[in-house]
Amino acid sequence: MGSYVPNKKAEQEAMLKEIGYQSFDDMFSVIPDSVKLKAPLHLPSGKSEFETANCIKKMAAKNKQYCGIFRGAGAYNHYIPSIVKQITSKEAFVTAYTPYQAEISQGILQSIFEYQTLICQLTGMDVSNASVYDGATAAAEACAMCKDRKKKTFFVSETVDPKILSVIKTYSFGSGCEVVMIPEKDGQTDLIKAKELMAGTGAASLLVQQPNYYGQIEDVRGAVAVAHEAGAKAIVSCNPFSLAVLETPAEAGADVAVGEAQPLGLPLAFGGPYIGFMACTQDMMRKLPGRIVGQTNDEEGNRAYVLTLQAREQHIRREKASSNICSNEALCAMTVAVYLGAMGEKGVTEVANQCVSKAHYLQKGLAEAGLTKKYDGEFFHEFVTCCKESAYELCDRLEEKGYLAGLPISEHELLWCATEMNTKEQMDDLIALVKEVVA
Amino acid sequence: MELIFELGQEGRGLDLLPACDVEKVVLQAPKREKKMHLPHVSETELSRHYSRLEKRTHGVNDGFYPLGSCTMKYNPKVNEEMAALPGFTNVHPLAPVESVQGCLEVLYTLQEDLKEIAGMDHFTLQPAAGAHGEFTGLLLIKAYHKANGDEKRTKIIVPDSAHGTNPASAAMAGFDIVNIPSGEDGCVDVEALKKAVGEDTAGLMLTNPNTVGIFDKNILEITEIIHKSGGLCYYDGANLNAIMGQCRPGDMGFDVVHLNLHKTFSTPHGGGGPGSGPVGCKDLLAPFLPGCYAVKTEEGFEYEACEESIGSMRSFAGNFLVIVKALTYITTLGAEGIKEASQNAVLNANYMRVKLADAYDMAYDVTCMHEFVMTLEKKKKEIDITAMDIAKAMLDYGIHPPTMYFPLIVHEALMVEPTETETKEEMDHVIAVLHEIMEKAKKDPEYIKHSPHHTVIGRPDEVKAARTPVVAYTFE
Repeated sequence: MGSYVPNKKAEQEAMLKEIGYQSFDDMFSVIPDSVKLKAPLHLPSGKSEFETANCIKKMAAKNKQYCGIFRGAGAYNHYIPSIVKQITSKEAFVTAYTPYQAEISQGILQSIFEYQTLICQLTGMDVSNASVYDGATAAAEACAMCKDRKKKTFFVSETVDPKILSVIKTYSFGSGCEVVMIPEKDGQTDLIKAKELMAGTGAASLLVQQPNYYGQIEDVRGAVAVAHEAGAKAIVSCNPFSLAVLETPAEAGADVAVGEAQPLGLPLAFGGPYIGFMACTQDMMRKLPGRIVGQTNDEEGNRAYVLTLQAREQHIRREKASSNICSNEALCAMTVAVYLGAMGEKGVTEVANQCVSKAHYLQKGLAEAGLTKKYDGEFFHEFVTCCKESAYELCDRLEEKGYLAGLPISEHELLWCATEMNTKEQMDDLIALVKEVVA
Repeated sequence: MELIFELGQEGRGLDLLPACDVEKVVLQAPKREKKMHLPHVSETELSRHYSRLEKRTHGVNDGFYPLGSCTMKYNPKVNEEMAALPGFTNVHPLAPVESVQGCLEVLYTLQEDLKEIAGMDHFTLQPAAGAHGEFTGLLLIKAYHKANGDEKRTKIIVPDSAHGTNPASAAMAGFDIVNIPSGEDGCVDVEALKKAVGEDTAGLMLTNPNTVGIFDKNILEITEIIHKSGGLCYYDGANLNAIMGQCRPGDMGFDVVHLNLHKTFSTPHGGGGPGSGPVGCKDLLAPFLPGCYAVKTEEGFEYEACEESIGSMRSFAGNFLVIVKALTYITTLGAEGIKEASQNAVLNANYMRVKLADAYDMAYDVTCMHEFVMTLEKKKKEIDITAMDIAKAMLDYGIHPPTMYFPLIVHEALMVEPTETETKEEMDHVIAVLHEIMEKAKKDPEYIKHSPHHTVIGRPDEVKAARTPVVAYTFE
């Protein structure tokens, strides 16, 4: 059996005696017999580290490793610089708790302050929190920020990732708020319909995604105007790389910017841990959920960082808190900060441009191979194709060659993604394979 | 020290990517106008910056960390190594089911293990943290009453000793909160509970052992009172480390439970996440579980989702790499190791409680479980020394202080949870330090009141931080 208890049996017994217990059973007599386990847990016996590692490695080996990934849909394959994993594996960072004791937690606190600054720089917004669980929960929390006693309806565009929508609906089942969909037109949010639907409804918010689920670039400025005209707040859920090249949520006039920051240095990892970023205007700062780090000083005037604005939080406000969130994704926030530190403005912009360029190259090639583009609007690094054949069968054929193809979103439609990880050679090979199958 | 933004020079950076090998495409959509200030540092500067930050951070590896309710046990390194396997980290969450059999086996195995440990019929691994699990569990309760046409059940009963997340989660799920006072022994006041229940009772949220570290011996009576009233019982698993392998929430009458993998199952806290807060439930709540879970069939592992599901708590299956770490830990310990862990967590807490009782007042001087609560209420009156002062004085000895000012029912509280992974020598050292601090507090209270003296900063001005918030760096 493996064990991390350092005190050996004899020491344990001596300690028990020293404090007046005959045995463990004696000490545990405070638990009534009526609820005590009568038999040991039905679990396998413990293992040595060697055996445990083999057992877990066997499971890892059962997963297929692709030579090329052309699937995104909320989880993106990007290059992760070596320094990212090295820094975020430092033991103090990995093993610390939430930085309640500021004097011995300046490292974590400063790293979060730097992360908050970076998110403000990316989005253009004034205030960022220390992170939430993922992009979908960030969107759900953003909706909750916008509600008040009179405004309890969240408008969400149909072009938003269905996974995000599902989480918003689940959270709204809790709060009793209503979620109303804004229809899609040609792969983009139908802003004319949005205007009609939202007028005079007491709308709390309108959420659009940039680029949207289909990879299309939305008219965010137009969406913000529609929201504000209806007296609602405007929320934009954005891919972080799009922020480097497209008009920022702040420039478009949004009130809250959220998104999934996994592309910024976190591995695909079967869906988590990821990290949701949340940033807002100064006006909404006190409605922002979760931890926020602020700068202050100690008695001697040294610059210092602390968890701040805690009057919003559960441990102070209990049922009146803006959210119940406490543990967030702090180490992932540090990962994002190290990634952005390593890439810099130049690197992040380069990734964004390569994503756009490669996605367009891929789309053209696939079109020549017989997969037609579904929407005419401008796209970022994802796009939808249509085919007469079964999308699933096409995926299977590409899988045999080691490629994870676009995601089938219907029987005859695939949602493709390209990033800086996809080389021209790889794309040419994929396109040739598609040509064989489709022809 | 400098912020990353105060280092480096314009133009400095790392060479990470090859040039683009396809024709460059420029988008027509409106472009970003405002400059994006990101760091411009060399790899050396970046590396040293974070090394300096690490030196200004106290982790479990730096020393004793008895933060009550947080279970700061040692985080085994093999867990980290397993979670870093490319076989896990490179897997796209939307890859076809045949290609992710290893991931599904991880999910399935942990689901099964947690069912056994908690005495539950089903588990979802989707919730990303303890509070997220609480919210999930409460939504299950809400969905259950709704499905029964019992929507008048709008109230969740929460003892005044509960974690702050309990009422906050209940409020997020749309419930009204009924706070009930604890009895003099720190446990649920059964008579007060009887008066509180009724036709509007949706459920009760409880942790056992409770937040003062005491096992509530009336637990079966408590859960029966709730069930008889038509409500359900929610178990806050924050304190599971005290009882795993000894008894199970499912056998105490609880219908739904969340566990904190980052506490009980040794996955690290990461300075505030990522955590993982799986939710277990009895059969009656199973139809409402969120997301997908893994099932074992003859052909291998599959996903399954519930028809009446409350939906999704987040994208994808959960904080998967955290789940891998917890599975590694449980595989290592096995049935007997799990029991050994809780035995020693409780032993270490009682050892410290007894050894400190001569210098510190215990809020409840009885056998505790994995943690105990000291109160500085009398000392504050006698010598004007507060829980905060003792905590800050500990910092100078390289010891992380206990949880301060919680639970709220104990004034000037310090809540100590040593965990099972501390040696007797380390605990003896900390006990000696705490005695020394109390002696010093009596002789030279001013010294203690101005602690810490040897940390990189002194006590920060928190009022200023909240009144004039500076929450991001301002660029020139």
